[in-house]
Amino acid sequence: FSSSSYQTSSDGKPGKFQPPPKPVIIDKQRQTEERRFLSPEFIPPRGRTDPLKFYMERKDMIQRRRVFNIPEFYVGSILAVTTADPYAREKTSRFVGICIQRGGKGLGATFVLRNVIEDQGVEICYELYSPRIQAIELLKLEKRLDDNLMYLRDALPEYSTFDVNMKPVSHLDHEEVPVNKLQVRMKPKPWSKRWERPKYNIKGIKFELPEKKMKEAQKWSQPWLEFDMLREYDTSKIEEKIWKEVNEGLKK
Amino acid sequence: SVTGACRAIQKLTRVRVVDNSALGNTPYHRPPKCIHVYNKTGVGKVGDKILLAIKGEKKKALIVGHKMPGPTMTPRFDSNNVVLIEDNGNPIGTRIKTPIPYILRRREGEFSKVLAIARNFV
Repeated sequence: FSSSSYQTSSDGKPGKFQPPPKPVIIDKQRQTEERRFLSPEFIPPRGRTDPLKFYMERKDMIQRRRVFNIPEFYVGSILAVTTADPYAREKTSRFVGICIQRGGKGLGATFVLRNVIEDQGVEICYELYSPRIQAIELLKLEKRLDDNLMYLRDALPEYSTFDVNMKPVSHLDHEEVPVNKLQVRMKPKPWSKRWERPKYNIKGIKFELPEKKMKEAQKWSQPWLEFDMLREYDTSKIEEKIWKEVNEGLKK
Repeated sequence: SVTGACRAIQKLTRVRVVDNSALGNTPYHRPPKCIHVYNKTGVGKVGDKILLAIKGEKKKALIVGHKMPGPTMTPRFDSNNVVLIEDNGNPIGTRIKTPIPYILRRREGEFSKVLAIARNFV
């Protein structure tokens, strides 16, 4: 009960009418929080560069996002990207593929899409903020067990084939992102990288190697790395600040 | 054991012929290999002409895709693809099923016949 609601003027007469505050309805049934997603390229890398540089880049990124919608997607989701191409017939080219890697920070953020067309594996690395990109459609939103699906190059081609004309699968906004726990079967060795080694920490492959090879691969494990305090980079506070900044920028 | 497929195309890389010519598709006990790249540097990228040794004969070919990552927004293929060509630029095959990058259209004058027989573009 605040006394600021009525202004008592110096001579005791009632002050200007203040309307009562609006009632806040808290719906206890729908208490689920909206899913917060901050694109990983907003988080600045750990280093000694001036935060002003990242602030200026973020301003430009928010400006681009206001004009062009970049949907929320993870590694493992299927996207369709249309780019402007001066050498294409209709000046635009469309490519559908699964996102296998998201790299880069700031305006140079990239993502690699992979698909197998006519038995030929094709990968294209797109820049998220490139003005040549005309549309990014999210066909299927899902996560996989790993952050980096480069092992799909050595997996059987059926795991990388996606229909070019597939219809977008509807996903709900407030639910959690579905995790596809698919274990992929690989082509026979040799692979481009030794994916069984613990340094890659891959959970999405069904290793059909003999036990001896798996044990031998564990020789290269570095169990002290997860306890190394100098490698820690706690991004929770930075994320909070950047989340607020990005939200305010997008709402304007 | 054999070395993994080379990334860009230079001398002695094994390539994959993607058109439907008889020379490229008949099996032979040795894979087609590059023996010369017509380039200032010896490294062949998309759109460069190379000399191929197939079935004991020398044939010119055009590179249509390689394993090496190129500039962003350009496709990167899982195998080094090549289309057999004559000296004047006429392709030997009649159809190319595998996807071809749009970048080749830049030199429409030289490769018009190859682009005409291509089916898919990436």
